[in-house]
Amino acid sequence: MTGRNGRGIDGGSGSSPAANGRPDRTGEASPLNTIGRPMRKVDGLAKATGRARYTDDIQLPGMLHGKILRSPHPHARIVRIDTSRAEALEGVHAVVTGRDMPTPYGIIPWTPDEHPLCVDKVRYIGDGVAAVAAIDEDTAIAALDLIDVAYEELPEYFDPHEAIAAPSGPYIHEPRKPGWSGNITKVVKLEFGDVEAGFAEADVIAEHDYFFEGTTHTPIEPHCAIGLAAGDGKLTVWSATQVPHYLHRELARVLEVDPAKVRVIQPPVGGAFGGKSEPFDLEFCVAKLSMLTGRPVKILYTREEVFYAHRGRHPFHMRYRTGATSDGMLTSVDARIVLDGGAYASFGLVTTYYSGQLLTAPYQMPAYRFQSTRAYTNKPACGPKRGHGSVQPRFAFEVQLDRIAERLEIDPIELRRRNFIGANTRTVNELRVTSNGFLECLAEVERASDWKRKHRRLPFGRGVGVAGSTYISGTNYPIYPNEMPQSGIQLQVDRSGRVAIFSGASEIGQGVDSMVAYVVAEELGVPLDHIRVLAGDTDFTPVDLGAYSSRVTFMLGNACLQAARKLKAMVRDAVAEEWEAKPREVLLAGGMALRAGDTGTSMPLRAAFNLAEAKFGTLGATGSYNTPKDVHGSYRGGTIGASPAYSFTAHVAEVEVDTETGFVTVDKIWIAHDCGRALNPVLVAGQMEGSAYMGFAEALMEEHIFKSADEGRAGLHNAPSLLDYRIPTSLDTPALESLIVESIDPEGPYGAKEAGEGPLHPSIPAIANAIYDAVGVRMDSLPFSPPRVWRALQAAGRGKAAGRTRQAVGAGRAG
Amino acid sequence: MEIVRLRVNGDERSCGVPAHYTLLETLRYGLGLTGSKQGCDKGDCGACTVIVDGRAILSCITPVWEAEGREVRTVEGLASGMETHPVQDEFDLNGAAQCGFCTPGILCSSVALLDRNPTPTREEIRAALAGNLCRCTGYEKIYDAVEAAAARLST
Ligand code: FES
Ligand code: FES
Repeated sequence: MTGRNGRGIDGGSGSSPAANGRPDRTGEASPLNTIGRPMRKVDGLAKATGRARYTDDIQLPGMLHGKILRSPHPHARIVRIDTSRAEALEGVHAVVTGRDMPTPYGIIPWTPDEHPLCVDKVRYIGDGVAAVAAIDEDTAIAALDLIDVAYEELPEYFDPHEAIAAPSGPYIHEPRKPGWSGNITKVVKLEFGDVEAGFAEADVIAEHDYFFEGTTHTPIEPHCAIGLAAGDGKLTVWSATQVPHYLHRELARVLEVDPAKVRVIQPPVGGAFGGKSEPFDLEFCVAKLSMLTGRPVKILYTREEVFYAHRGRHPFHMRYRTGATSDGMLTSVDARIVLDGGAYASFGLVTTYYSGQLLTAPYQMPAYRFQSTRAYTNKPACGPKRGHGSVQPRFAFEVQLDRIAERLEIDPIELRRRNFIGANTRTVNELRVTSNGFLECLAEVERASDWKRKHRRLPFGRGVGVAGSTYISGTNYPIYPNEMPQSGIQLQVDRSGRVAIFSGASEIGQGVDSMVAYVVAEELGVPLDHIRVLAGDTDFTPVDLGAYSSRVTFMLGNACLQAARKLKAMVRDAVAEEWEAKPREVLLAGGMALRAGDTGTSMPLRAAFNLAEAKFGTLGATGSYNTPKDVHGSYRGGTIGASPAYSFTAHVAEVEVDTETGFVTVDKIWIAHDCGRALNPVLVAGQMEGSAYMGFAEALMEEHIFKSADEGRAGLHNAPSLLDYRIPTSLDTPALESLIVESIDPEGPYGAKEAGEGPLHPSIPAIANAIYDAVGVRMDSLPFSPPRVWRALQAAGRGKAAGRTRQAVGAGRAG
Repeated sequence: MEIVRLRVNGDERSCGVPAHYTLLETLRYGLGLTGSKQGCDKGDCGACTVIVDGRAILSCITPVWEAEGREVRTVEGLASGMETHPVQDEFDLNGAAQCGFCTPGILCSSVALLDRNPTPTREEIRAALAGNLCRCTGYEKIYDAVEAAAARLST
């Protein structure tokens, strides 16, 4: 089913009758009433009227304002910190330094290499060294100037290759074992199948270097947190986080507070994209400062601090070798990757695995090897950004495929089709693939973009490019090993007919609060406006691991479905008893309980709920989801990259290249995405468009880069503002067309898989391949900014002066 | 502290704020009108957009005294009574607000546009929103919402 991107909404009544205008009374196989329809969001109107309260919108009585002092050096030992002058300033209530919170932490339990505030060393310009709480922001800023820190500068590393090559210390971190380098976070080497034999069989081998520049998330809401320590020992932290559960754990551990006394509340988050998916200094600082002062403390990052907090896309230096037979079948793939990790590990262990593990679909690949090395450098730490770890290799690999197609004179869509891995299979690295709608994605973009008429046929300067990709619907294993569910939900019904959903998941704009409401509306027949969602409050909601790795629709959706079906069974039982019918004859839809095949028998849902409460006691249910355990590889690291289901995407981009300036205009991106089933097609299309937009932005505009010594201060952020770090405005953004493909996954809730990250991947290689189609130059380094494209054109002799025609591209065969 | 007097969403308001406060800080921290957002605080993102005398302006770079004696409209003042503005309703219907953080500013830019041009083309909508960054949507759903609202307003 395709192209249902957005109009004709059912109003507030979540379980309006089926498409034929009447509730279906035929029994179990009734059509879906809410799922698959463009419904309103449960928080849509709150957000459109200014009523939604984000973290910085919360003002507590007596609240103090905190600020963090940040290092001016990229790498230095802290010799001494003197806070006495700051403490003496009128209006300052507390000052803390690293020594007040000495327990290290890290989002990955095996790599705890950071502290809330630096203890002995600073590792990038912007690393936090002290924090103050004062009566207002102005006083807090003034106090920072009064903190005296003596530093002893250390050798700095900005280039990952230099960091790795350093023969001896001082390293950025202490080596984890004697003889190891303290500048290396992680090395992963994995090999599947016989790679050399695969190359021996190949008729063509493409071998090229690629560079993916770092980019950052840039949510419009800066990070913000409020801490409130009460006299009874309870600690509450409000935070714009996408991982309240992990924050809860780390706050308790680092601040040495009983976790039962810590409460994390996650208000609506104003965008995250992976940039709020681990604890940050401000959360520990507001908590600690509140514990010292007994008053609520708020810290709101400045935009500049958001850029330094980062945890965004790693710069990747990649070399790919790809072999194929003359009919375009891949025989072997070999990759060597160096990841520039920045100053801390963050999710880097996972990123290093993902850089190789997630490449093995949607194409068959008989043999595959990758070696990935993540370096520490003296820059803000990199982490997960939308499409964590797999966007960079996907760029390189899809350009490799374009080169092979060109050399073999095979249409690039056809080449991809031939290599389709199929559904219900295992990848070369043993990951289980279930549903797979990739071929339909290819067909959709081919049709919608009018590919056959355009590819290699547009006038010089215009071109189209294609790319495909896959992504996980959640990670099969949680960040800290445990056997408990990954997602939990609790439902509670009251006597008015209202259903309350208690959800631990994080609403970050992707619509998870609405998603669970749709599931409950569908199963219980409750109108959407009779459903309340309470989410992201660790005191009251069951654990969900967080809004990362595209996990919530699949995992929380399944948990919610389980809970709703338990409740439904109770309600049908009670009503059946009343009607002297069989439970399966009782249907719940449109706010009513109905008897199948008997139009005269019905009762309002409220009455049905009351009967069930009378029969079973207070009415509620819990649901949980845990992943299947046999879907990963049987080797060390084989669990990383395993997911209960994979999404698939294909894009076609159409571009225009100004050969005089090197300026690339992307006119349109066609996005076909297999999301399993679109629980709400408007929201799915929104995720697809937002993803493609973000990929386009990385392709053409974004560079998270730092100054070198000859540009002034080495390690200083090049452009820590929304003006200079350019993200696309409405005028920059291409037209985006969403084409939804539904493969109905056997394990997803109603067949659903992820839609929030997968559709980012192909934008970048599709644009690169379109540039080649337009002007015959390969862009192997990101971003494709005018100077880079102009230089490439000059190098290829295809600048304006060369006055080339269409034939020049086909004749290029630079492959 | 200075006492400022503002006419906001039809109400005469006054409050004491530090002399350097912007209109945005006064609205958010002085008057409790937290609907207007701060994304950058230096005129780069548009999250703080409000309507002053019919024009969409960036409240984060507007000294509060500049707004004195003028008509200020924020996202909280777009609805009339129980009736939301059609643009607000269409934002909900079209999924135009994902995280919603850019939404108050984009709504103000949209309402200012529709007030002066009730039947904008998609290109005109695109141009009118060029000062409002949205990091979530890719803008398509926002254009859909403004178009739908314009259609509703003109019938
Ligand atoms: S807050 Fe960004 S422009 Fe005003
Ligand atoms: S909806 Fe999130 S920034 Fe626009």
